[in-house]
Amino acid sequence: MTEAEREKYSMINFEETELRLGLPLSGGEAESTLKNTCAVFNGKRVFSETSTTTVDLKLNLSSTSNTVSADVAKDNATAANSTAPPPSPARANDPAKPPANFRAQVVGWPPVRSFRKNIVSNVQRSNKKEEGEKGASTSGSNNGAAFVKVSMDGAPYLRKVDLKMYKSYQELSDALAKMFSSFTTIDKCGSQGMKDFMNETKLIDLLNGSDYVPTYEDKDGDWMLVGDVPWEMFVESCKRLRIMKGSEAIGLAPRAVEKCKSRS
Amino acid sequence: MNYFPDEVIEHIFDYVVSHRDRNALSLVCKSWYRIERFTRQRVFIGNCYSITPERLIQRFPGLKSLTLKGKPHFADFSLVPYDWGGFLCPWIEALAKSRVGLEELRLKRMVVSDESLELLSRSFTHFKSLVLVSCEGFTTDGLAAIAANCRFLRELDLQENEVEDHKGQWLSCFPDSCTSLVSLNFACLKGEVSLGALERLVARSPNLKSLKLNRSVPLDALQRIMMRAPQLADLGIGSFVHDPDSEAYIRLKNTILKCKSITSLSGFLEVAPHCLAAIYPICPNLTSLNLSYAAGIQGSELIKLIRHCGKLQRLWIMDCIGDKGLGVVAMTCKDLQELRVFPSAPYGNPAAVTEKGLVAISMGCPKLHSLLYFCHQMTNAALITVAKNCPNFIRFRLCILEALKPDPDTLEPLDEGFGAIVQSCRRLRRLSLSGQLTDQVFLYIGMYAEQLEMLSIAFAGESDKGMLYVLNGCKKLRKLEIRDCPFGNMALLTDVGKYETMRSLWMSSCEVTVGACKLLAKKMPRLNVEIFNENEQEDCSLEDGQRVEKMYLYRTLAGKRKDAPEYVWTL
Repeated sequence: MTEAEREKYSMINFEETELRLGLPLSGGEAESTLKNTCAVFNGKRVFSETSTTTVDLKLNLSSTSNTVSADVAKDNATAANSTAPPPSPARANDPAKPPANFRAQVVGWPPVRSFRKNIVSNVQRSNKKEEGEKGASTSGSNNGAAFVKVSMDGAPYLRKVDLKMYKSYQELSDALAKMFSSFTTIDKCGSQGMKDFMNETKLIDLLNGSDYVPTYEDKDGDWMLVGDVPWEMFVESCKRLRIMKGSEAIGLAPRAVEKCKSRS
Repeated sequence: MNYFPDEVIEHIFDYVVSHRDRNALSLVCKSWYRIERFTRQRVFIGNCYSITPERLIQRFPGLKSLTLKGKPHFADFSLVPYDWGGFLCPWIEALAKSRVGLEELRLKRMVVSDESLELLSRSFTHFKSLVLVSCEGFTTDGLAAIAANCRFLRELDLQENEVEDHKGQWLSCFPDSCTSLVSLNFACLKGEVSLGALERLVARSPNLKSLKLNRSVPLDALQRIMMRAPQLADLGIGSFVHDPDSEAYIRLKNTILKCKSITSLSGFLEVAPHCLAAIYPICPNLTSLNLSYAAGIQGSELIKLIRHCGKLQRLWIMDCIGDKGLGVVAMTCKDLQELRVFPSAPYGNPAAVTEKGLVAISMGCPKLHSLLYFCHQMTNAALITVAKNCPNFIRFRLCILEALKPDPDTLEPLDEGFGAIVQSCRRLRRLSLSGQLTDQVFLYIGMYAEQLEMLSIAFAGESDKGMLYVLNGCKKLRKLEIRDCPFGNMALLTDVGKYETMRSLWMSSCEVTVGACKLLAKKMPRLNVEIFNENEQEDCSLEDGQRVEKMYLYRTLAGKRKDAPEYVWTL
């Protein structure tokens, strides 16, 4: 398999989804730092909707700081969904409010109707498509969002993603990684870094181990391994996503293994 | 007045039109209540769960026009899960069974099924007007039923609805005998319509004043339509893309010159900027311009266009116009009353609008009374200036895209700025806050915002005191919606009677607990206190100490509703 194909079919970046208690990764997305601040949050927060946008909540991890202020991140390319919820902005018993650095995502902010958001982003998308073309314009065909539920074995609650927000498996993978990064405890198998599902040599190890496998339920109700079909076809047929523990995904393996074998 | 016969009083009541005034009349005495209810034709129901359709019909048998609103406002921002409620069906069924001669139905944030539309179209012979705003649940099949069966239809106005397109020819379902259309708006539909049917429909509708097309209607069809309807006053353009050298474009330019009656323009869902010059001739007549969906137009082109629009009273635009562009608006549009500036990207255009644009507007447009402004930053100084220049604000909605952002010049919260707004604008009825805010701003609001009816708060405040200032101070408060604020049980429970004077309260991601909500529900039986438990994996009964993620409470005479989905717990 070529490097390009590998890129295309890789799903979860395990390093990013690994639970850590150290300082944020330098310059990185630092999703895992959310866990450091778990002590700040009381109670549960539940997200059900997915039209979220990225908010950069700057949280200085000083010991006295238990308040945050939120700044909105300007980088919002894939508009992926969040993992842990943002904290309440202020606590009454904290007289000093040091600014905080923190990255999280907020549902429904800024308060723009989804109808409007969709129209505008579709027009911008179709305008970009036209940049090379002349003459008649495309009609920006978007038949609305394609929200599907995403469950991950072991996570306390489900999420939803809009598959139409992404253009490739890689983008979806990044988004899911961000979404579930605070929940996953992934045993590192040896010195594995990036996991690559379509990598022949790793697939078997992976499925036998406790790593995670993304699967989806298609229109016929069958559970399939993600990554087999072209992206567009996947978006059309996917009804829900489930990130299974590898050991449970054995039933799906034969197909993937066959595919690998046929490539070698 | 008691010595006058009923007919005389009825005649006098005919002059009393507003809902509030009529509500007031009905409270004067029993005979006025009786007369008022039999003569009442228009009823507004701000929360469809506040009353049952049967009770409505029983009280107002002469009902002709009904306005219904369903989901809470924050449903617009995906905070309300999908199947929460707001169904039209029971209303239509009840009305159809009764002898009400419904003529007009206006819905907002309701779930409308094709079956209800079909039933509606068959049940009321004199049905004239259907207006659907931000609704969902129906397809073009439902529209086909309306088109086919409502023989005297005057108005079909679809605004920002999620409509499934079944690629049937709904527009062709208007029979040849239908010549009564005054207003047709299908801009939100995604699919194609039969252009021939559309042109023929326009040709046989001499009273057509308002027509808003969707993006599937190309420029040459637009030209033919405009030829047939020179009387149009309100036009929504779908697609505005053409080769500027073509015959079709030249024909369009000439046709536009003849349409001197157009005063309102919108749409441009698809636009090639070089085509915009064609509409310059009608710009001087425009009082209303909505370019908020025209993502294809850049700031410089917007500015060129605006320079021609000296009579504008209402302008909806995207933030790519920039501060400089707003300066041009301020210089050109001296009659401006309503301005909305929307973000062109989820976090706005980096080169977009700031406090400077708003200050410029306030200096140039003293008649401004309604504002919705998405911007990158705001300062207290700017807000104070705006408050001084524009004391007539009725609606002031400011959204600083970065939540919790303070005044960038002083790094202080925006309490003083908003305080100046409420202090200066004594007629303020609607306010949306943003940026970094402490309890102080709520003290100002409670003290000064005497006419305030609707308040939207996000990421603000420090303690329960904030919410209490508002509940205590704003006597006319009807709708309060709060998200991500540190308001908790004390604020919620201090004045439970207040909620019966309001339409509804929304609190999400705050500090209220299940126990407090239960207590509130127990004390106030005429409130529905709904908690949303969206936690799918845990099969839990909520414990009292648990924090509530989303709570929506509203006064009601209808009791607990029977159509709530599983995740909604009415306490």
